[in-house]
Amino acid sequence: MKTIDEFVALFAEQLDDTDPSTVTAQTKFRDLEEWSSLLALSLISMVDEEFDVALKGDDVKNSETIEDVYNVIKSKI
Amino acid sequence: MAFFEFKNVRIAGISAAVPSFVANNLHPLPEDAVSSDYTPEDFVKTTGVLERRITFTQTTSDLCFHAAEKLIADLNWKREEIDAVIFVSQSRDYTVPATSGIMQERLGLSQETYCIDLTLGCSGWVYGLHTVASLLSTGCMKRALLMAGDSKAVRPMTISPLFGHAGTVTAVEYIEGEQGFRFHCGTDGSGYDAIIIPDGGTRNLTTPKSFQLEACEDGMKTRLQPRMKGMDVFSFGITTAPKSVKKLAEHFGFDYLTYDYLVLHQANMAMNSMIAKKLKLPVEKVPSCMHHYGNTSSASIPLTIVTELKGVADKEPKQFICCGFGVGLSWATVALQTDHLVISDVVEVDEAGNVVM
Repeated sequence: MKTIDEFVALFAEQLDDTDPSTVTAQTKFRDLEEWSSLLALSLISMVDEEFDVALKGDDVKNSETIEDVYNVIKSKI
Repeated sequence: MAFFEFKNVRIAGISAAVPSFVANNLHPLPEDAVSSDYTPEDFVKTTGVLERRITFTQTTSDLCFHAAEKLIADLNWKREEIDAVIFVSQSRDYTVPATSGIMQERLGLSQETYCIDLTLGCSGWVYGLHTVASLLSTGCMKRALLMAGDSKAVRPMTISPLFGHAGTVTAVEYIEGEQGFRFHCGTDGSGYDAIIIPDGGTRNLTTPKSFQLEACEDGMKTRLQPRMKGMDVFSFGITTAPKSVKKLAEHFGFDYLTYDYLVLHQANMAMNSMIAKKLKLPVEKVPSCMHHYGNTSSASIPLTIVTELKGVADKEPKQFICCGFGVGLSWATVALQTDHLVISDVVEVDEAGNVVM
């Protein structure tokens, strides 16, 4: 499985208007200016492609930080 | 395992009717449920839905009626030779009775016509084709009309800018020696509330409370409007649809990559691009009409064939894989060949119910 750092980098790739260098495992992604339900779909696509894990809406909604999402993925592998 | 093969059946023709009114998503209507979460430009970019056809007067059966009249004429079928009408929709004329019976009378079909309604959405055309094939494959009935679609917005309730209205008709016939259709079908009822109209059925009858707005994942909705858990449906679609196509190919021992077309239910562009990518299919093999018609529920597969493949798929034999997936949660995939397929011109219907060209 990919490391948390690799996941953070993949997460940052989904964002258009956020400087990737400011994105960390502790970033509260839903507080990002550009976060939207459309970006959530990009996140779900990326996780499906990179981890072969199907994230549910609640998995995203109940996660606060990027690391929380990573831990959900880990629990589903 | 839900795999099926029906021989001695073929698709004779496909037609579609849409409202003549075009709603543009870059300039939303007062009725459009626009999210403040993102701009109209971002919505169009992600969903691929620039515009769609909308009506406030024409029901699904009205659109299907005009599509049926067009197709019967184009095929030169005699009305007395039509043995069955299967009406697939989530927007029937009445809660009771079935709409297929109303279509029997309105189209002037025989009283010996077999008529049933199926309540399915995005997977509905493939399930409807399965039902038609199983009815015809014994040879007791020779010709059937499969109607599929959803329509009609009701003011003052809002409408989702993702969805468009359409009614389609697929003419299926029994011909001995035809290769027929192969299916894979599946259901996951645990996701029944991923897309749901909570009130108006017998579980939750319509009450004054049904008309109050509630905060849902996809905006403020009354309990009489469809609401969707978008992320769950997205996740379901991109995982289940490719698997269903692969399972069908594996079960029947064919290479889906050699087929001419994969026609997917037109869910949204982000979802369909992902499904095509996972199946390693090039864009030219995956036709799409959602840019101009949106997500048209059970009409989306036949509407895509009518709008995108007329002049191509009616000129020479073609091999199709069609996959529907969504509300239920329900999904189904069919593999079929067409030859001498009749594809009607799209029929446009105005708000007064007249055909305009």
